[in-house]
Amino acid sequence: MAVSQMVGAKIHRREDPRLITGHGRYTDDLTRPGLVHMAVVRSPHAHAQIRSLGVEAAKKAPGVLAVYTAADFKDVIGGPATFPVAPVFAPIKLANPPRYPIAKEEVCYQGEPVAVVIAESRAQAADGADLVDVDYETLPAVMEIEAALKAGSPKAHLDQKDNIAWDVTYVPWEATDEAFKGADVVVKERILQQRLSPNPMESRVVMAEFDAYDKRMTMWLSTQNPHWIRLFVAGALGMGEHSLRVISHDVGGGFGSKISPYPEDYLVPASAKLLGRAVKYTETRTEAMQNAYAGRGQIFDVEVAAKKDGTLLGMRCTQMLDAGAYIGTFGAFQTCACLMAGGAYHWQAISSRSVAVLTNKITTDPYRGAGRPEATHVAERMMDLLAVELDMDPVELRRKNFIKKEEFPFTQNFGLTIDSGDYEKAMDKALKIVGYDDLRRKQAEGRKHGKLLGIGLSTWIELCGLGPGAATGPATGGVVLSESAQVKIHPAGGVSIYVGTHNHGQGNDTTHAQIAADALGLPMEQIDIRHGDTNEGPGFGYGTYGSRSLAVGGIAILRSCNKVIDKGKKIAAHLLEAAEEDVVFDQGKFHVKGAPEKSKALGEIAFAAYGQLPEGMEQGLEAVAYFEPPNFVWPFGTHICVVEVDSETGAVDIQKYVAVDDCGNVINPMIVAGQLHGGIAQGIAQALFEEMVYDDETGRLRSATFLEYAMLTANEMPAIQLDSTVTPSPTNDLGVKGIGEAGTIASTAAVINAICDALSPLGIKHVDMPATADRLWKQIQNARPASSNGKEARK
Amino acid sequence: MIPAAFEYARASSVEEAVKLLTKYGEDAKVLAGGHSLIPLMRLRLSQPSALVDINGVKGLDQIKESGGKLHIGALARHVTIHDSKVVKDKLPLLAEVASEVGDNQVRNMGTIGGVIAHADAAGDYPTIALMLDADIVTNKRTIPAKDFFQDIFTTPLAADEVVTEIVFPVADGPHKYIKFRRRLFDWAIVGAAAQKMNGGWRIGLTNVGPTPVRAKAVEDALHKGAKPEEAAQHASDGLNPSGDLRASPEYKKHLARVLTKRAIEQAG
Repeated sequence: MAVSQMVGAKIHRREDPRLITGHGRYTDDLTRPGLVHMAVVRSPHAHAQIRSLGVEAAKKAPGVLAVYTAADFKDVIGGPATFPVAPVFAPIKLANPPRYPIAKEEVCYQGEPVAVVIAESRAQAADGADLVDVDYETLPAVMEIEAALKAGSPKAHLDQKDNIAWDVTYVPWEATDEAFKGADVVVKERILQQRLSPNPMESRVVMAEFDAYDKRMTMWLSTQNPHWIRLFVAGALGMGEHSLRVISHDVGGGFGSKISPYPEDYLVPASAKLLGRAVKYTETRTEAMQNAYAGRGQIFDVEVAAKKDGTLLGMRCTQMLDAGAYIGTFGAFQTCACLMAGGAYHWQAISSRSVAVLTNKITTDPYRGAGRPEATHVAERMMDLLAVELDMDPVELRRKNFIKKEEFPFTQNFGLTIDSGDYEKAMDKALKIVGYDDLRRKQAEGRKHGKLLGIGLSTWIELCGLGPGAATGPATGGVVLSESAQVKIHPAGGVSIYVGTHNHGQGNDTTHAQIAADALGLPMEQIDIRHGDTNEGPGFGYGTYGSRSLAVGGIAILRSCNKVIDKGKKIAAHLLEAAEEDVVFDQGKFHVKGAPEKSKALGEIAFAAYGQLPEGMEQGLEAVAYFEPPNFVWPFGTHICVVEVDSETGAVDIQKYVAVDDCGNVINPMIVAGQLHGGIAQGIAQALFEEMVYDDETGRLRSATFLEYAMLTANEMPAIQLDSTVTPSPTNDLGVKGIGEAGTIASTAAVINAICDALSPLGIKHVDMPATADRLWKQIQNARPASSNGKEARK
Repeated sequence: MIPAAFEYARASSVEEAVKLLTKYGEDAKVLAGGHSLIPLMRLRLSQPSALVDINGVKGLDQIKESGGKLHIGALARHVTIHDSKVVKDKLPLLAEVASEVGDNQVRNMGTIGGVIAHADAAGDYPTIALMLDADIVTNKRTIPAKDFFQDIFTTPLAADEVVTEIVFPVADGPHKYIKFRRRLFDWAIVGAAAQKMNGGWRIGLTNVGPTPVRAKAVEDALHKGAKPEEAAQHASDGLNPSGDLRASPEYKKHLARVLTKRAIEQAG
C-alpha cells in the first residue's frame, strides 16, 4: 500500500494560472478557417403565433450569407424527439409538447428562436437579425403556477388540453393519516422557491464545422456534458456518433444550466452543414438571462405533525413546479425534493406529491442543488416553525429527531438508504464555533431594546454522486450514471488520463491528478488529466453535475490506475524473474516482497510494456474502467447564520456565517473550501437578492440585466467560518462524498431561519425569498399593530 | 450586446465638439465616460448616429476654487473628485458622494458632466447640484440646477450644447449622504443628502421621482427648530415615486423619511 501523499494535500488548483491570466481555451477563443457568425432572431412575446416572416431585407444586408427559418432546417434536423425528456423521478409525462430547435408557427416563450442570420462578422449578423420582419399575433400567456393549474386558464401551447406536465404521488396521503391523528400539534406553511437565473460567468458558445467529404462534424461548445450532447445532436442530425466529435475544453461555469441541450446546439451544426462554412454562435448576456434554463420556480405546501415533546410524526408535502414552456431534459430531477423533504430526521410517515405545469417561460432544469436545496428549505423551515409552535429551542428539536450515528446505513421513508452520518457531531461543532449560548443571551438582551437579532440553523443532508444504476437507469430512460476513465502510460512513463466527467470550475484537473498520483506513485506533473473531447478516452462519459466528479469519476480513475498496476505487476514479475503474486507495488516501484532493494520503477515497466513480452501477454500499459456506484453518497453538515434586521428599513445584515460540513475523506481541502464558498454565496443570493421577475401582462422578463437581477458580489458576502467533520462514505473506495452543491443546499434555510428568528418578537413566522428590505419592511409594518401581544396571538 | 453601427469622431476642443455635433445633427451623442451611454447602446436601446468623443479635450477635467465657488470640470472622473484635496476641503459632501458612485471601474471612467447631462434621477450628483443650487455651465450659457433637471433624462441642453463645468457653492459644514441599495455598486433605491450651509440645512433626495428632489419642507421644519426625526417626516411630502423591481412607491417614500432623518443625525 502506497503511503498517501497527494490525497488530502491543500494545494493550489493547477489549472488556475492559465485560467486567471486569460489563457483559457473557451469556445469563443477558438476560430476556424472561414468562420462565419450566427445571430438568432427570437420571439419578443411569451406566447404568439407567427403570421409571417419577412427575411428578404435581412438577406440583402451587408455581410449576410443566409437567413434560415424552420422550413430550411426541416431536412437537416430530425423529428420531434430532438429534445429528449428523461423520465427521472416523474416517469409519466402528461403534457409533454414536442420541442423543435426553432419555432414553426407558434412561439411559447420569450426568446424562442424564429430565424437565424448568418453573416461574415458577428456585428453584421446582429444587424441582419434586426432586419428580420416577423408579424406575430399575440396569444394569452400563462405565467404563474397557480394560474396554470386552473381549468379555464390559457394553455402554454395551443394544442394542449391542460397545462399539467406531470402529477406524481410518491406516497399517498392516507399513509400519513395515522401520524396526523396522533399529533398534538400540526404546523402548515406555503414555501416559495423563486425562479433563478444560473448566470455562469461564460455564456454559451457553439461552433461547428462540417467536412462534406468525410461527412464528419466537429462541434465546440460550452457544456457540462459533451457525450450526452453528442448522443442527442448526432441523433437529431441523423449522423452516427462516430461522425460527430464534440469538444468542450474550458467552460466558465455551468451550475446545471449547461447539462441539457439548447436550440443552438442543433441550429449551429445544421447551419454549418447547410452553408458549408464553419459557424459560431456566441450568446449575449441578455440572451443568457432570458434563455438559460432557469432554476427552482416551485411552490411547496407542507404540513407537519408532531407530539408535544417535539417527536416528529408525519409530513405531507406537495411540490408545484413551473416546468416552463417545454419540460427540461433533466427537469424532472427536481422532484427529488419530494423524496428528500424529511431531511435528517426520523418520521413515522411522509406523503408527497409533485405536480408540474407548463408555462410560457423558459424551461426550468437542474440548477446547483436541483431539488435538494428545496428539500432542505422545506425540512429546515418546518423544523423552525415547529420549534416556535412548541416553544422549544430549534437545536433541541433537531437533536431529538436526528437519525443517530449508530443507525447508519439508514433507510429513510422513501426507501433511499443514507450511507453514513453523524449529524449531532457536526451540529455541536458548529454551535461551539458560533458561540450559540452566548448568542442567545445577546439576542435576549438586544430584544429588550428592540434589536432584531436572529440565529438560523440548517442541519442539511444531501443525496449526490449520481448515481447507482438501480435508481438512475430508469430515471434517464436507460443510461446508468456510472463513470468512465482511461489511463494510458506512454513508453517513457508519461501518463494521460481521459475522464468522462467534465471540469467547468470544480478543480478536477487537480483533484483527479492527486488521486492518480497516489495510485501510480508518480508526481502530479507527470500526469495529464484530459476531459471534454468525445474523440478521446472511453466510449462514453457521463458529464459533471449532481456532485459526481469525485465520488463517481474519481473512483473510475482509481480503478483504471489499479488495472494498469495489475498489468504492471505481470510485467515486473517477468523482469524480476519472480512469481506475479510475490510482486508488490509501492511508491511508484515494483519489487519482490521482502526485497525492496531490487525494484523496477513504473517508467521502466512502461517502456518494457511496449517491448518484447512473454507469450500470451499483450503490449501496452493502459486500461479503461467504468464505475457504477452501489449507492448515492450522503454528505451533511450544519450551517448557522446570524443576522440583524434593521427594524426601520428591513435591511438584513449577516453578522456571522458558520458552516461545518462533512464530505467524508477530503482530497483537497482548499478546493472543498472554494466549492463551499461559492455554493453559500449562491444560497445567500437566493435568500436575499435574486429573482427572475416577469411582466404579468406581456410575459416578458423584467429582470433581464444585472442592473435588475441582483446577483450577489463579493461586497455582499459575509466572512464565512468553515470547519468540518469527517465521516467516510462506505459507498466508494476513497470514502469520499460530493461537495459541489452542498453550500447552495444548506444556506438558504440558514439565512431565512435567522431572519424569521430575528422577526419572531413581532409575531412573524415565515418570510419568502428573496427577503428584500422592501418585503421585510412591509411584513414588519403589518406585524406591528399586533406586536405587543404577538406571542399570545400565536398560541 | 452589440451596438448598432455609428460614426465616431474625437474632438480636441469644446469648439470642435460643438462643430462635430452640428455636423452629425440631432441623433449624435457626446461620449464622456460612457458608463451610461455604452450599456444603452449595447442593448440597442440607444442608437445614436454618431458619437463625439470629448475625452481628448484638454483642461475639461480641472477642479479649482475660484471666486468663492468650486468649479468642477465636466470631464472630472468620480475617482478624481473623490481624491481631490480642494473638493475635500471646500465641499466634502461631493467627495463623499463621488466615492459612492458605482464600482471602481465606473469611478475610474465615469464623469460628473456625463452624470449631470444624462439626468437620471437615480444619479447621485444631480441631487447635490439641485439642493446646493449649483450652476451647470455649457458652451452657450449657465443654467441653474433648478432649471436643468426638467424630467427623467430631460434637460434644456440643445443638440449642439456641451456641459463644460459644474459650479458648486463652498460648504464645509456637517454633511452626510446615505445611499440605500441592495448591492454596494448598485444605483440608489433612495438616497438622502444633508448639508449644513449658511446656518441652515439643505436636504436632497435621489431616485424618488423623475428628477432629483430638494426637500424644502424638511429644510423649513429644521429651520423652525424641529428635531431631525420630526422634520424628516416631511421628506416624503409631495413625492410620487414610481415602483420598480427594487422597491415599491410606499417603500421609497418610507426610505426618504428614514434616510433623511439618519443623514441629518449622522451629518458630521
